[in-house]
Amino acid sequence: MDTFEPQIVAFCCKYCAYAAADLAGSMRLAYPPNVKIVQLPCTGRIDIFHLLKAIEDGADGVYVAGCLEGECHFLKGNFRARKKVEYVKKTLAELGIEPERVEMFNLSSAMGSRFAEIAQEMTGRIKELGPSPVPTETVI
Amino acid sequence: MIIGDRKSLAEILDMIKDYNNILISGCKGCVTVCNVGGLKEVQILAASLKIARKKEGRPITVEENLLERQCDPEYIAELNDVVDSYDAVISMACGVGPQFLSEAYPRQIFFPAINTKFFGGATAHGIWEERCAGCGTCVIHQYDGLCPISRCSKSLMNGPCGGSAGGMCEISKDVICIWDMIVKKKMEQGRLDDLLTVAPVKDWSTSRDGGPRTSIREELTQ
Repeated sequence: MDTFEPQIVAFCCKYCAYAAADLAGSMRLAYPPNVKIVQLPCTGRIDIFHLLKAIEDGADGVYVAGCLEGECHFLKGNFRARKKVEYVKKTLAELGIEPERVEMFNLSSAMGSRFAEIAQEMTGRIKELGPSPVPTETVI
Repeated sequence: MIIGDRKSLAEILDMIKDYNNILISGCKGCVTVCNVGGLKEVQILAASLKIARKKEGRPITVEENLLERQCDPEYIAELNDVVDSYDAVISMACGVGPQFLSEAYPRQIFFPAINTKFFGGATAHGIWEERCAGCGTCVIHQYDGLCPISRCSKSLMNGPCGGSAGGMCEISKDVICIWDMIVKKKMEQGRLDDLLTVAPVKDWSTSRDGGPRTSIREELTQ
């Protein structure tokens, strides 16, 4: 278990979390390489299906990172994303899978260090939970 | 439109526990509009079932399909060439879908993934309310566009009853008393006297009391 390196997919809004990841890079902040980033035009684009598909295809953890509440470029995208994340948490619980494997975060583009912190927090959380009970077929 | 809710994953998983190769068929009609059995919901159910079965160590093959409507034989026929290649089929249409499918393909097994609930409409995004009970004899005009059959808990034609308090129904603080709304609307329109006319006993033979119903339009039959 000590050698377990989780595969984590992070769906990041280009206006905040993705820019914050850029900033984290510019600031030379290290964050776990377990996190694979998918850029979204807004977290409102995320669908329940995308989150479930990531789990189905072997992701040990998935998170959505959007703008601070009230600061969405498209006004309500991050609120909509949060509801979808909540739906997926319920679905996972129904299937006997830890809902903590899916999470929603909010940050701004100026929060490079917070981005790294979130990546570390999620990686730590998933390492504690262990590998996903859904066997991997596809390499992410 | 027809409104429904998806069954729990546990119930659906139990239905298909003996099968390893299934088809999930959605419908582009009412269930797509009420976000319960359209393309997206088919994808979500397919992913959920695959996750559950992978977790059990018994992976399942799930194909996804979306029919124009499951309440018309010509669209059901789109499955002619493929329907027998699956162990079972889950229909995400209203209760009509699995029945039309079963009638068209008697050798195949069909499961309903949706609990069909009522005829209604969206009062806000993500919220649907009942507006019609399909009683077969519409009298909405007598109640200023507010149907007491579908929206009164007792389907009273001469209301309100003694359970109306503060505009709400006695069965739940969340249920509006439609008779309170009817009376208020009549008062606003100065037509409260309309309610002095006692509505006669309703003939329920046009509703479910008359047994299964059929509608035949001679000008369309061939």
